[in-house]
Amino acid sequence: MDGDQVLQVRGLTMDFGGLRALAEVDLDVGRNEIVALIGPNGAGKTTFFNCITSVHDPDRGDMIIQPPGKAPQRINGLKPNAVTELGIARTFQNIRLFKDMTVLENVMVGRHCRTRAGIAGAIFSTKQARAEERACMDFAFSMLAKVGLGNRADEKASELPYGAQRRLEIARALATEPFLLLLDEPAAGMNPSETDEMDRLVSRIREEGVSILLIEHDMKLVMSISDRIYVLDYGNLIASGTPQEVAGNSRVIKAYLGESFDA
Amino acid sequence: MPIKHENAPSIGKTASCDGYSLPASRRNLRDRLPKTGFNTLKSLGIALWFMFLTFPIMVIKVSPLEKTIEWRWSRLVYVGAGAFSLSMLWRFLIYRMEAGTSFKKPLQERLSLFFQRKKSRKATALAAAFIFAALFPFIFSTYQTSIMISALMYVMLGLGLNIVVGLAGLLDLGYVAFYAAGAYCYALLNHHFGVGFWTALPLAGAIAAVMGIFLGFPVLRLRGDYLAIVTLGFGEIIRLVLENWNEFSFGPSGIAGIDRPWDFGLGFTLRGHTIYLFYIVCLLVLLTMVVVSRLRNSRIGRAWIALREDEIACEAMGIDKTRTKLTAFALGATWAGFGGCLLAAKTTFINPASFTFMESAIILSIVVLGGMGSISGVILGAFILILMPEYLRAFSEYRMLAFGAAMVIIMVFRPQGLISATRKRYEFPEEKREGEKP
Amino acid sequence: MEYFLELFFGGLTRGSIYALLALGYTMVYGIIQLINFAHGEIYMIGAFTALIAASALSMLGLDGWSLLAIAGLAAVIYSAAYGFTLEKIAYKPLRKAPRLSPLISAIGMSIFLQNYVLLAQTSDFLSFPALIDEFPFMEDVTIIRSSELVIISVTALSTALLTIFIKFTGIGKAMRAVAQDRIMAMLLGVKVDRVISVTFIIGSALAAVGGVLISSHVGQINFYIGFIAGIKAFTAAVLGGIGSLPGAVLGGLVLGWTESFATGYVSSDYEDVFAFGLLVFILICKPSGILGRSSAEKV
Ligand SMILES: Nc1ncnc2c1ncn2[C@@H]1O[C@H](COP(=O)(O)OP(=O)(O)OP(=O)(O)O)[C@@H](O)[C@H]1O
Ligand SMILES: [Mg+2]
Repeated sequence: MDGDQVLQVRGLTMDFGGLRALAEVDLDVGRNEIVALIGPNGAGKTTFFNCITSVHDPDRGDMIIQPPGKAPQRINGLKPNAVTELGIARTFQNIRLFKDMTVLENVMVGRHCRTRAGIAGAIFSTKQARAEERACMDFAFSMLAKVGLGNRADEKASELPYGAQRRLEIARALATEPFLLLLDEPAAGMNPSETDEMDRLVSRIREEGVSILLIEHDMKLVMSISDRIYVLDYGNLIASGTPQEVAGNSRVIKAYLGESFDA
Repeated sequence: MPIKHENAPSIGKTASCDGYSLPASRRNLRDRLPKTGFNTLKSLGIALWFMFLTFPIMVIKVSPLEKTIEWRWSRLVYVGAGAFSLSMLWRFLIYRMEAGTSFKKPLQERLSLFFQRKKSRKATALAAAFIFAALFPFIFSTYQTSIMISALMYVMLGLGLNIVVGLAGLLDLGYVAFYAAGAYCYALLNHHFGVGFWTALPLAGAIAAVMGIFLGFPVLRLRGDYLAIVTLGFGEIIRLVLENWNEFSFGPSGIAGIDRPWDFGLGFTLRGHTIYLFYIVCLLVLLTMVVVSRLRNSRIGRAWIALREDEIACEAMGIDKTRTKLTAFALGATWAGFGGCLLAAKTTFINPASFTFMESAIILSIVVLGGMGSISGVILGAFILILMPEYLRAFSEYRMLAFGAAMVIIMVFRPQGLISATRKRYEFPEEKREGEKP
Repeated sequence: MEYFLELFFGGLTRGSIYALLALGYTMVYGIIQLINFAHGEIYMIGAFTALIAASALSMLGLDGWSLLAIAGLAAVIYSAAYGFTLEKIAYKPLRKAPRLSPLISAIGMSIFLQNYVLLAQTSDFLSFPALIDEFPFMEDVTIIRSSELVIISVTALSTALLTIFIKFTGIGKAMRAVAQDRIMAMLLGVKVDRVISVTFIIGSALAAVGGVLISSHVGQINFYIGFIAGIKAFTAAVLGGIGSLPGAVLGGLVLGWTESFATGYVSSDYEDVFAFGLLVFILICKPSGILGRSSAEKV
């Protein structure tokens, strides 16, 4: 694995009973790249994310990451929280916020793996614990400001409108200080202006040095921000390359539009 | 889709959320209430139904041995009349609640507003509570004080279980096992080695915590209700072992003559001991409240709540699920251990009969009835559930009947508990709030 | 060997009763994900109704099988009526409530019903008439009593009927639909409230059958029998995999045998320890019970 990559996946295979959701998938994400993973519904995109974040245990294949300034490391079989701790954060296709917590607290939960205060610190309210709490709050708040939710910190997460909930998930993921961010359909269900906003947000996150792997159905968004695109169909990787290369690929067109558009 | 009548009230609920539409929602309410004539007829039907339902058990009393039957027809009339009026009331209250005009919610809001508006008010209220507690044993009799000690002990137990159930969302039906562990820890240490209360108290907590971790390891990967039944089973196993392992626990006859907390050689009378214990319990409750409220808004507390809300998202935030669950379990158990130690010191006698499943159920009810995750809710829940049967002693035999009914009624009309938990608001300088416009 | 068989049939009898009760738990759980803690009380009320009906009727001169039939029918009808009413009062208003609230309401109902019977009847043990006559052809058989034979057969019959009902009738199909996806079933026009009521009625009727049979077998009842039986039956339902009907029956039988053999070969003091120990052991090995399917959450 050369020094310019943050994620290298080789031969990833995942079966659900008789259904092969991923078949020998190879995928790389380079440092500071925005890579898109696209494909029709049920192609196995979310399953790919689930394998990387250890929600599922893949049947075969290697997943290797290289955190900045550290040696490459195989992440197969780690616990999900360990993966996050190594610096991979994700959002979910079906928004999974902590509904009863406030917006700010949701983000503060994201700080968990970067803070240390234990039970004793909390009970005795030590100076150290208080300082850490303060810092955690400030960090969380700056993440909220980054996604444009600074003025809604005290609202209940479940009371936010849909688009804001998606942005809150991103803020929460960013709070774990990832070097690689996995976004599962961040613009799903958004109107065009919200999508543009998401476009800018994702670019800005990349500028801060975070690599991004993105699942998205909105082709306009995908084409405009990704450096490279991978296309999955029924668990198989059918194409990869720059947006232009992929857009002209006949197999991709076929997968999306069906056989009749063969011509 | 068959849109049913029951779905309608939720519309009224949202409508009444903004203050202006209240009159409209009232009007809706009146429209929805069926006409009085129909209502009466329905209640009449319900009364007849309950007369049918209660007929064999209420009216007929058989003595199989003497082969006699006693018919108590008059009871049928009471049931009918009671069911009729209660059903009228019941339906009215349900309509009210579903229309969102329930009377208790505004009360809680008004109260919290009252305290928020001026900080000094909260301080005054706290000081008043403090003075009242300090004077309580001198105003009231030893008997009353002793009841109050029980109630406060349950406050402690409730707050402890609240960590497990209310915050971390782990349904634990075997909490009583840790309570028993604490009690037997003190009783046995005292019996065999003459260990005093103050030495045994931390030990009891520690032993219960270790037991919590020991039990937690294998069972915490179980989901919701499976966890519930396994903890229930565990609680029963502990009780049965205590009942049958005579060499260790002295079996069903239990352990008597446990020392009360040391009185500094002052030779307290019974009243003196009770007062002393009352202050100890007050202190421990205060300590528990501080600990729980601090934990709740800490890194660990947030991890617990996150775990309760969504395990998968929680792990994706880098939280170690097992460890977080175990800390909750162990901390909850610690408080049960303290509670058990107190129980042994208070009654000076313990036996396995004090640690039945019903005890777990009562403690759980305190948490849920009061309002999960809310400290003041748990306190209120404990006072209601423990003091109510005590003061209902006047109706002696009816008290458990009323107790069961009250549990159902409170849950139906206040499903989220008497006091709903609120999350901490963090304070920021205003200028920081000016995030970019979305 | 004879002792073994005796214990085997004793366990089977006990297990049958657990199975009858566990079916009620599992059906309710499958449909509304609620641990119906008051289910044991329904069983107890069934037993009391049968006792009252049998005593009253025997004073009118009825006896034998007709007495059993009428008393049993009364128990079934009343238990079903109680189950139906219980759901309407204590659970229906709580459909949208937080998950633990109906559980507390159920515990409250359980306390209420126990004390209702305690006050209206008595706290003493009442002797229950032996409604099941000894069969003449069973005279020489020592390993199994007539009443045990009846209990086992009736349970088998009820389970078979229930299976047919769930598999082939419209309302049975609706029940399975609601169990799989309540919202979707509702959107497709299934009357969910009615399905839930029917579930409670059937579950309660089965509990009553169990109550009458075991009371007649054991010979005495009091207001507290439902509580212990309820906890055991719930254990059985979880053991088998809650939500699964065959699981409930299997769980009941396994629990019955465990208790019977533990009592017979070890000590009756530790009977319950074995029962719960088995539960803990099985759930640790297979977290969703013997026949339960693990439902992995889709991410
Ligand atoms: N936990 C699971 N158990 C069984 N099958 C699963 C599971 N998760 C996903 N699948 C199946 O794997 C296939 C791929 O699903 P996946 O969710 O990865 O698709 P996707 O590409 O994310 O689709 P979409 O664009 O609709 O989100 C689907 O056929 C799905 O039904
Ligand atoms: Mg997907």
